Amino acid sequence: MSAPLLGVADLTVEFPTRRGILRALDAVSFAIAPGEILGMVGESGAGKSLTGAAIIGLLAPPGRIAGGEVRLEGARIDHLPAEAMRRIRGRRIGAIFQDPLTTLNPLYTIGRQLTETIRTHLPMSAAEARTRAIRWLDEVGIPAAARRIDAYPHEFSGGQRQRVVIALALCAEPRLVIADEPTTALDVSIQAQIIALLKRLAREHGTAVLLITHDMGVIAETADRVAVMYAGRIAEIGPVAEVIRAPAHPYTEGLMASIPPLEHRLERLAQIEGAMPRLNAIPDGCAFHPRCPRAIDRCRGERPALTPAGATMAACLLAHA
Amino acid sequence: MPEPLLRLAGVTRRFDVSRPTLQRWLARERRQFLRAVDDVSFAIPAGTTLSLVGESGCGKSTVARLAVGLLAPSAGEIQFDGQPLAAARADPGQRRRMNMIFQDPYASLNPRWRVRDIIAEPLRAFGIGADVPGRVAELLGQVGLAGADGERFPHEFSGGQRQRISIARALAAAPSLLVCDEPTSALDVSVQAQILNLMRDLQQLLGLTYLFISHNLAVVRHMSDRLGVMYLGRVVELGPADEVFAAPRHPYTRLLLEAVPDLERVGSARTPVGGEVPSPIDPPPGCSFHPRCPLAVDRCRVEQPPVRKLGAVEVACHLAEAGAD
Repeated sequence: MSAPLLGVADLTVEFPTRRGILRALDAVSFAIAPGEILGMVGESGAGKSLTGAAIIGLLAPPGRIAGGEVRLEGARIDHLPAEAMRRIRGRRIGAIFQDPLTTLNPLYTIGRQLTETIRTHLPMSAAEARTRAIRWLDEVGIPAAARRIDAYPHEFSGGQRQRVVIALALCAEPRLVIADEPTTALDVSIQAQIIALLKRLAREHGTAVLLITHDMGVIAETADRVAVMYAGRIAEIGPVAEVIRAPAHPYTEGLMASIPPLEHRLERLAQIEGAMPRLNAIPDGCAFHPRCPRAIDRCRGERPALTPAGATMAACLLAHA
Repeated sequence: MPEPLLRLAGVTRRFDVSRPTLQRWLARERRQFLRAVDDVSFAIPAGTTLSLVGESGCGKSTVARLAVGLLAPSAGEIQFDGQPLAAARADPGQRRRMNMIFQDPYASLNPRWRVRDIIAEPLRAFGIGADVPGRVAELLGQVGLAGADGERFPHEFSGGQRQRISIARALAAAPSLLVCDEPTSALDVSVQAQILNLMRDLQQLLGLTYLFISHNLAVVRHMSDRLGVMYLGRVVELGPADEVFAAPRHPYTRLLLEAVPDLERVGSARTPVGGEVPSPIDPPPGCSFHPRCPLAVDRCRVEQPPVRKLGAVEVACHLAEAGAD
């Protein structure tokens, strides 16, 4: 594996509140290589979007990075001054969010938004930037790009808007793209188109992608490796095929089993009892132990570290036994 | 086959989407109608589940609203238990036999009411049940909540628990038909599994009939006895769920099944079908799917395909053949 493009080590995010400090991310560590797509999956509140926000320096106050470090191409980018971080966003890290309508400014043509992004980050004339913008619209599959560049966001359909957002995130050719639920607002046939597009662009441009989603199916078809988040920690991380076919963590196993299969009809779905704990009530020891069918006494008192378990890394005391 | 509890025959619903009269007159435009539901027919036998699946804008939620009488059809007939729906809704004894579960458990529960009042509302509205607290406690138990939860407010519950409260409310007046519009789309997958299991258990326990609306094919697969696939307001394929999934006959059904990300296809490359759903205000002539259809022939561009019966499955496609896979 080549040197990581993004290295996250022991990243901890806290929200100070009147009733004490809530730890929303707890010592999260992972790395992404150039051209690699790392999927990050988990249920609402697991901390997956927060991880993305912490990396690009868009944590909403009072949230703050309380520990650990984020390295982009070897250099630390956490705790950079706001202005320096602003230059990194867009130029070296691109972002794609869930809702393409709120990402685009409805008052400007998409051409203006693209050229503005390009010229903010790259030394280019207006004409050069426009040519580049058209090339990118073409690349993401907008038909008749040279004509459509002067259209406003509302003139595009949902799927096309998300293509424009992808063009916007990629037009300055960042090394890393953080895609937070990029297909969740889209219909399944459009989702398939967007997934294929993301995969192709990552491969062709050697861009590293952090793909955040709740949909294991999307991860299965898109990502090279996957990190499963639970209650602000990584429960399991490893190559997609291994995590899906032979999950080492009971949470991953439960998560996979609760997805209804397309091939046949089951009498009952396997279900994980209960729900993910709230941040102010994360259990001691393994955060998953109250819901875990295999929990033993040790799980209640001892917090498992992420250690190798077969082909993946799992944070479970029982996975290595 | 038992008598259908709900039957739709040739149901169409149009919405007037014209601009205001003066503007229309100045621009010399005609009135514009959006055909959200176009000539839809199906029947749901009592005690079974029929699912409607399709992409946004295909009209599935409009069918849900038509089925419980929240909207009136522009044409066609809806029958509930052998009676025209309008007549059934005028009779409180029949009207209480249908209810609905909505997608968003955050928006569908009154935040100022205690859970026990939310669940008891249908009982009060229909004036049924002498022992309201006892019935509320029974309903809470049926959906897997504790009796003490009745004293709490909706904000104290998670999304999955709120959807349980919605289900308890829907069950309060002992309905026969539940129309469920994307009941698990707002939930996480492990919670979704809990709710789907609960809905299946309740169906067996109470003999419920479900009209189940979802965009999620895997969820539909899990829930349905019969399945209808909708595209631009029309049902393009309708039949036993097992058969439709095993041998989809309409090219759109195949496209949908093909597009679902699959856990079994780790890292596999795919060639997604291009194009998007056209506007229902100005649908393409002939078969409305022809611009995206890989098999389309000249006939598809001019002639709207009628619904044909191929074995147990009804398909609206010129090219579909019996036994094709």
